Amino acid sequence: MSSVIRATDWREATVAAIAPETPRAATLTLDVPGWDGHRAGQHVDVRLTAEDGYRAQRSYSIASAPEDGRPMITVEELFDGEVSPWFVQVAAEGDMFEVRGPFGGWFVWDASETQPIMLIAGGSGLVPLMSMLRHRRNAGSQVPAKLLVSAREADDVLYARELETIGVDVVLTYTRRAPRDWTGYTRRVDRAMLQETAILGGRTYICGPTTFVETVADHLVALGEPPANIRTERFGGG
Amino acid sequence: MEHLDGNAAAGELSEVFALDVTTAVATCAGCGMTGPVAQAMVYEAGMGTVLRCPQCDAVLLRYVRGGGELRVEMRGIRVMHWPT
Repeated sequence: MSSVIRATDWREATVAAIAPETPRAATLTLDVPGWDGHRAGQHVDVRLTAEDGYRAQRSYSIASAPEDGRPMITVEELFDGEVSPWFVQVAAEGDMFEVRGPFGGWFVWDASETQPIMLIAGGSGLVPLMSMLRHRRNAGSQVPAKLLVSAREADDVLYARELETIGVDVVLTYTRRAPRDWTGYTRRVDRAMLQETAILGGRTYICGPTTFVETVADHLVALGEPPANIRTERFGGG
Repeated sequence: MEHLDGNAAAGELSEVFALDVTTAVATCAGCGMTGPVAQAMVYEAGMGTVLRCPQCDAVLLRYVRGGGELRVEMRGIRVMHWPT
């Protein structure tokens, strides 16, 4: 029997801490046996097993920076979701569930890279981008970076406090309801908004729901960005 | 059914490939498009996962678990290579 734990092995993770992020999202710090670190942008697979043996599996991006040690995932509760409500409403410190990973060597960013980065998030698509921004801050990277976040309303913006001191320009757009004194964008991300806000000519990371990601990527290509410089990650429900 | 992308299949396919599949560059046997597997369209169903070419929609890879086996069909990929 091998004692080496591989990233691909399912392991019993323990919830070490839970912190609410928004009314509908929480960040869980996990103790994972044999955890050997991650790269900013990667995700883990999680598997919950009900008492009757029914299993549900999901992927969640890692929110913490590689330097943070224990991985943190931020889960947003989805309406009618099967798994996410458990993480946000039910899970408590000491609870256990199965985890494997980290996975994905493509949608990642390392502080040794020198290109400017433009990060574009739709809703909780901010999670892996936050790992990149925290990594950038921790490593003292000076690469120009900017974040554009599309959120339905102020209550949906993850890490709102921390974003104020993350060290990059943050542009928000509210698609459903803006705060009363808001003077910024109040529409979905479109070509004009990207033209006004995006750092072009570097590398762009886009994460969000499928339609969001594809719309934004198409606009960027139309603005002349080479597709090879655009990295995308789509997430689904549950 | 809404698709995701190859990033979502990384965990499943780690059971098959020793190397990270999201960084693999695949050439579609149908249209010849070459790109990272991370950019393939991924459709997940109860039993398995289908990866399709983002350009021509052809099935690149089918991954099915059931009947006591794990089955991978990948005749839609002409060649797959990894940067080293």
